[in-house]
Amino acid sequence: MVDILIPAIITIITASTPLVYAALGEMIAEKSGVLNLGVEGMMLMGAVTGFIAVTQTSSVMIGILAAMLAGAGMSFIFAVLVLGLQATQVATGLALTIFGIGLSALIGQGLVGVAYEGIPKLSIPLLSDIPFIGPILFEHDILVYGSFVITVVVSWFLRKTRAGLILRAVGDSHHAAHAIGYPVIRIRYMAILFGGAMAGIAGGYLSLAYSPLWIENMSAGRGWIALALVVFATWRPARVFFGAYLFGGITILQLHAQAMGAGVPSQVMSMLPYLATIMVLVLISRDQKKIKMNSPACIGQPFHPSS
Amino acid sequence: MIPYLEKRAEHSQTMVYISPFIALGLTLLGGIMLFSLLGKSPAQALYAFFVSPLTSLYGWAELGVKASPLVLIGVALSIGFRAGVWNIGAEGQLTLGAICGGCVALWMYPVDSIFVLPLMMIGGILGGMFWASIPAFLKTRFNANEILTSLMLTYVALLLLSLLVHGPLRDPDGFNFPESRIFHDAASLPIILDGTRLHLGAVFALVAVGGIWLLLSKSLIGFQVKVIGQAPAAGRHAGFSVNRMIWFTLLLGGGMAGLAGMFEVSGPIGQLLPTISPGYGFTAIIVAFVGRLHPVGSLFAGLLIALSYLGGENAQITLNLPIAVTGVFQGMLLFFLLACDVLIRYRIRFKPVSRLRHG
Repeated sequence: MVDILIPAIITIITASTPLVYAALGEMIAEKSGVLNLGVEGMMLMGAVTGFIAVTQTSSVMIGILAAMLAGAGMSFIFAVLVLGLQATQVATGLALTIFGIGLSALIGQGLVGVAYEGIPKLSIPLLSDIPFIGPILFEHDILVYGSFVITVVVSWFLRKTRAGLILRAVGDSHHAAHAIGYPVIRIRYMAILFGGAMAGIAGGYLSLAYSPLWIENMSAGRGWIALALVVFATWRPARVFFGAYLFGGITILQLHAQAMGAGVPSQVMSMLPYLATIMVLVLISRDQKKIKMNSPACIGQPFHPSS
Repeated sequence: MIPYLEKRAEHSQTMVYISPFIALGLTLLGGIMLFSLLGKSPAQALYAFFVSPLTSLYGWAELGVKASPLVLIGVALSIGFRAGVWNIGAEGQLTLGAICGGCVALWMYPVDSIFVLPLMMIGGILGGMFWASIPAFLKTRFNANEILTSLMLTYVALLLLSLLVHGPLRDPDGFNFPESRIFHDAASLPIILDGTRLHLGAVFALVAVGGIWLLLSKSLIGFQVKVIGQAPAAGRHAGFSVNRMIWFTLLLGGGMAGLAGMFEVSGPIGQLLPTISPGYGFTAIIVAFVGRLHPVGSLFAGLLIALSYLGGENAQITLNLPIAVTGVFQGMLLFFLLACDVLIRYRIRFKPVSRLRHG
């Protein structure tokens, strides 16, 4: 039993990690009052750029950094449009996704079939020798550990730091924050760029660790699932983390069921993560008061200092 | 000197019409840069993209073939976007329309009757409407975000199509290929221009443009769409039902997308395949915006975007350019358009560096 359980749990962790990154990044952007629907596009750009960087330099660090920069670069386009040029956030986010799908396919056209062995696992000495818990918790690649750290850091940042408080103030009432003298636009730029960098890492994780290769459109809707996770988590980091693992679990369970030949067509099993997303959205959204209380009040609204 | 934005007292009507052209110009500039980066002569590439597809009658007909689904869906989506209902799952609704329309065709195989096509059209419309009714129901009943639900359903629809053509709808004489039977003549859309693939769907697209223009300008629901889109508070005070608007716009978009999907399988494709659309449902979002959420605008935008599809295919054959360039072009066009729209509401002014205040 343990022989099946440990690999299953490990694959759940690898399936959940990209969702943790993407959803946490998007959550920070939304906390500042900006809805960026371009997560899918930023993830794809992160995936293709990270993959190119790693196969060219064979340095994992450079690969991760490249993925981050690609995501941040994409989000910068979004930021200039919605913050600088007052474009609608929903439409601009959609444009970012469409653009990212196209551009990543263009950049990655020579990469189909290129192989990469995946980011190495870092076993933590001693701890990884503990039976059962060791292999599950302490034998991962650096990005998995990073996702644990970033969850704690984001949670701490939002609750305990002055900067986190300012970020929330900007998202809840940009006019008030502006009146007090906080640089609303600059703070939003930073939040959007952070979200982009996180989405970039999420994409990089897909092409460097989850299934180390590049395929067009390989994120397969994970960017959108991350967006749904933020709502599901009512904008709280710990719940984002939990939600990501719930989805990772569903993804892996359906893969295992497919492999074991559960007698259900593979397409039906593949529908599960998407159907589950709809289900949890419905469950959370039906309580309108809860959503209203937790969502940043200024989300989606444009802000211009003169108005 | 530092540029900054100054709010206009009123929206500039001139800019409403000019900004798409500025955006198009900037997209072409972006294209020139892109082609240079790819090591192709920009002049040659632009010619292959935007001119040479239209040098023959067949090319113009192909433009109509590609533009028909884009215009059908784009026109319908623009109504929803105006009312603030974000149906971005048109691709899934198109797929369901194709499935339902295709099922009718296969079910009636090989009945030769003039009723086959109308029944297929009804099937396609109902299929698309059904798929769009799910986000509408979840939004009105449970307040679930329609952007996410309609998009998730797109993935489900694509998987459903794959399931059906691999299983129940597979051609019994097809050597196990994941394809349905090729539709019989009575289930194939009539060609309206001999020697080309231009089909009846193009006529329907034009009718849709006219119909939705009438709906927007003459009907009560069209008026409500405009009011809710421009001044939601005024709409609420007037007692317009937001839920009715959600149902109406989603069903309209779904129905039209479903019809477009049925046209695709009954016309240019002629059978059910695992993939039936090169993303028409997503690209129609660009069509709606580039067309200024206006029916006639959507018509022109649909033709323009259709040209980018044709040009992409042509450039792939003649210049060996990757087909993904098309998507990059379309994304750039939408970016520049959204950016240029700032000119409608704001003026660009300049001020000396020292007076710059951080916003």
